[in-house]
Amino acid sequence: MVSEATNTLKKSVFWDWMTTVDHKKIAILYLLAGTLFFLKAGLMAVIFRIQLIAPEMEFISGQTFNEFITMHGTLMLFLAVTPIFFAFMNFVVPLQIGARDVAFPFVNALGFWLFFLGGLLLSLSWFFGGAPDAGWTSYVPLASREFGGVGIDFYVLGLQISGFGTLVSGINFIVTIINMRAPGMTMMRLPLFCWTTLLTSILIVFAFTPLAAGLALLMLDRIFDAQFFIPGEGGNVVIWQHIFWIFGHPEVYILVLPAFGMISEVIPAFSKKRLFGYTSMVFAVLIIAFLSFMVWMHHMFTVGIGPIANSIFAISTMTIAVPTGIKIFNWLFTMWGGKLTFNTAMIFAASFVPTFVLGGVTGVMLAMAPVDHLYHDTYFVVAHFHYIIVGGIVLGIFAALFYWYPKMFGHKLNETLGMIMFWLFYIGFHLTFFIQHILGLVGMPRRVYTYLEGQGMDTMNFISTIGAFLMAVAVIILIINIVYSALKSEPVTVDDPWDARTLEWATHTPVPEYNFAQTPQVRSLDPVFYEKIHGNGKMKPAEPLDDIHMPSGSILPFFISLGLFIAGFGFISFHLDLFISPYVLIAIGGIVTFGSMGLRSMQTDHGYHISKETVEEMEKELS
Amino acid sequence: MADTADLSKGLPTNPEKATLEGKNKFLGMFVFLAGEVTMFATFFGTYLGLRDGTAGGPEPADLFQLPLVFIMTMILLTSSLTSVLAVYAMKKNQFQKLKLWMWVTFLLGVSFLSLEIYEFVEYYEHGLGYTSSAFASSFYTLVGLHGAHVLFGLGWILLLLLRYRGTGVTLSNAPKFYAFSLYWHFIDVVWVFIFTVVYLMGIGA
Amino acid sequence: MAENLDQSFEESSMSNEEKRKINREQRIQIIAFAFMIGITILAFLAVGSEQLPGVFTIPFILFLAFVQLILQLYYFMHLKDKDHGWPNSFMISGLVLAAPMVVSLILLIGIVKY
Repeated sequence: MVSEATNTLKKSVFWDWMTTVDHKKIAILYLLAGTLFFLKAGLMAVIFRIQLIAPEMEFISGQTFNEFITMHGTLMLFLAVTPIFFAFMNFVVPLQIGARDVAFPFVNALGFWLFFLGGLLLSLSWFFGGAPDAGWTSYVPLASREFGGVGIDFYVLGLQISGFGTLVSGINFIVTIINMRAPGMTMMRLPLFCWTTLLTSILIVFAFTPLAAGLALLMLDRIFDAQFFIPGEGGNVVIWQHIFWIFGHPEVYILVLPAFGMISEVIPAFSKKRLFGYTSMVFAVLIIAFLSFMVWMHHMFTVGIGPIANSIFAISTMTIAVPTGIKIFNWLFTMWGGKLTFNTAMIFAASFVPTFVLGGVTGVMLAMAPVDHLYHDTYFVVAHFHYIIVGGIVLGIFAALFYWYPKMFGHKLNETLGMIMFWLFYIGFHLTFFIQHILGLVGMPRRVYTYLEGQGMDTMNFISTIGAFLMAVAVIILIINIVYSALKSEPVTVDDPWDARTLEWATHTPVPEYNFAQTPQVRSLDPVFYEKIHGNGKMKPAEPLDDIHMPSGSILPFFISLGLFIAGFGFISFHLDLFISPYVLIAIGGIVTFGSMGLRSMQTDHGYHISKETVEEMEKELS
Repeated sequence: MADTADLSKGLPTNPEKATLEGKNKFLGMFVFLAGEVTMFATFFGTYLGLRDGTAGGPEPADLFQLPLVFIMTMILLTSSLTSVLAVYAMKKNQFQKLKLWMWVTFLLGVSFLSLEIYEFVEYYEHGLGYTSSAFASSFYTLVGLHGAHVLFGLGWILLLLLRYRGTGVTLSNAPKFYAFSLYWHFIDVVWVFIFTVVYLMGIGA
Repeated sequence: MAENLDQSFEESSMSNEEKRKINREQRIQIIAFAFMIGITILAFLAVGSEQLPGVFTIPFILFLAFVQLILQLYYFMHLKDKDHGWPNSFMISGLVLAAPMVVSLILLIGIVKY
């Protein structure tokens, strides 16, 4: 039961990664899987931008275009950006709060495998009669059994499974941040990235559960002929829109809050200043998180629900501008008078601020219900949310990638290539999306696969596509950078290569599997910076050096997820002509999932200990 | 580690929260249940929105029988009490009593579930199929989801009771029994709203 | 620690004071349960008697359900005890966020314009 650490070294590399419950390895799994989905979804965007480069193009068919825009949105939101955030959260949060691991290491691994196999299930749709084609919002009746193809079944079940993974990971992060903080790390000393992770996870818990309910309704409608969305049988289609946006609007903040947190880590580190207005930042995030549940109907202004309802939701939407404004000014004041270093991470973070303001301003424009009838379903909306998602979230992710890369992989990314990438991406982004505001005002509807010439849209669409090419080139340069740096970059040997402020920089590079040999005693906000000024630059330990307890790895998270994958495919196969009965697949999947869960609850496994001597040895080697 | 409880005097007063792992399970369970609140809210909202959509099929007032619902309610409420008593026995280190009350909870849960199945069969014979109308679909989905939660809870407690049949109260099984009791109370809370909103309001309105 | 996790105990570490307290608590739980049964019967009677008008019964039984919700959460699930700050805030957030969801799914589905 209690074995030595050396046991873990005997595993093969493949088995080690399949069974790992170490938050740092799971982070890297998330990063890899998320990047794959990101590249796939980005490639689709390039292809449908080529289709729109000129009027009446026949590069791809209308059906393929619909499938691409649906998959682009779905993949980017659920399977690319969310997992990439989870990668950073998994890696950084336990280090920032001074913990040895997350609260539930097993659940952490389960969350990854559920997400990954759910994503694979969704992607299988290409091989079985086409991908979902009803938009990422999958509105009924377009997506109901009468009109939607089998692709929608993949959408429903793939998202159900991966959404379940997101949910359990969210619970895990909440418990980790609340229960696992090191001594002295009070809530008001938490780095802002931990705060935003906490609130994102809370939003996940309250928003992904309605999504699960909505997806279940759609699945029952499509596969078991339930009548929720069939008006002739007493159903109502607006219910789907409500449920989707009850989830969908918090989802926007689920994505943007971690980006806020990343920016709030990078900007102080490279301004050599404490984050301006820490307390107001925390409260602004809290208010944003709460308000995000009170605004969902602004996506439905044109449905015709009535003037009072529209007014209430218009006003609550505009209210969000206030806490967001607080954050913008706090970032500006953090940089003001600071000793700025403009490397790639910082320039991505700094450019986040003006782009995000542009996205926010169009957001307030869209919140005005009467004028929204003009903007609704045009490229103006597309431009608005890409300013939030690309101009906000993706820039935040790139900043975080360059910032935390040395801690995660032991070497820095190349700065020259990074700068080239930044300028290509930034210019490309504005070329692509700024012009789309005007396209929308001219009247170009979104989600339509082509347009006629001579309506004043030709040039603007051409420019937009050129911008998309530039962004694609920037991403290719990033990949080149990663490979180049892995081969050529000098290994980082110091703990703190950026001279930064928060606790993750007090660990060794590379981070040993137990993170901290001795749990640190936190004495202030920005603890590492505090010890550099008031102490000897090293964190004070809060406990004597002792054996370190570690959780043991397990293959069961993979099998639990695999069972759900098989069962999900079984449900879909009611609409496929397979050689095997759907009931058999569902039964096999159920047995695998519940069998693994039962096996897990029958195991007695309290993990193992790394002995004091091994820890001392490893510490000596690393320092 | 931070989870050093004083074990020299016997079982700690709150064995479910004596270790860090126990504290994590305790909080994690509450967070999960809070998420379930919004999920059930969605199903309740759907049911209430679609309740009048009977499409000429059977209506709530034609089907629902107060006596049966009353018996089911009493059974589930009582099982909530027995799981509370089990938790008190656990805190007092009375393992036999814990097992006894949990078995009673299990049997009450089984009888509740059997009555629910009987009820569904009855409605089906009265012409309320799953696809009859939007009302029928949303009714079976909401109440059936609650039933599925009961079924999951029964499987859970059965596993716990079988696995820990002879161990006594320990620091590793106390959080598990406690988490189960939280889950079971939550199911009971959901049922309180189901019998009020679905059955009583279905007959009363 | 791990070696202690599966160990069972001869006795409880509770002092007599704590034992008295826990027995008293247990009695309060049984009283709460009796109260819950009472209001459940009341709710069923209010509807089953068919004497009362719907305008009264529906708010009345909803109120009773709410009382029972509070009893279950604060007594049976122990939210009233100390060290339950985080669970409290999560459960309350869930209920607060659930309210507009339910209301809008009932009222704002395009049948009546508001």
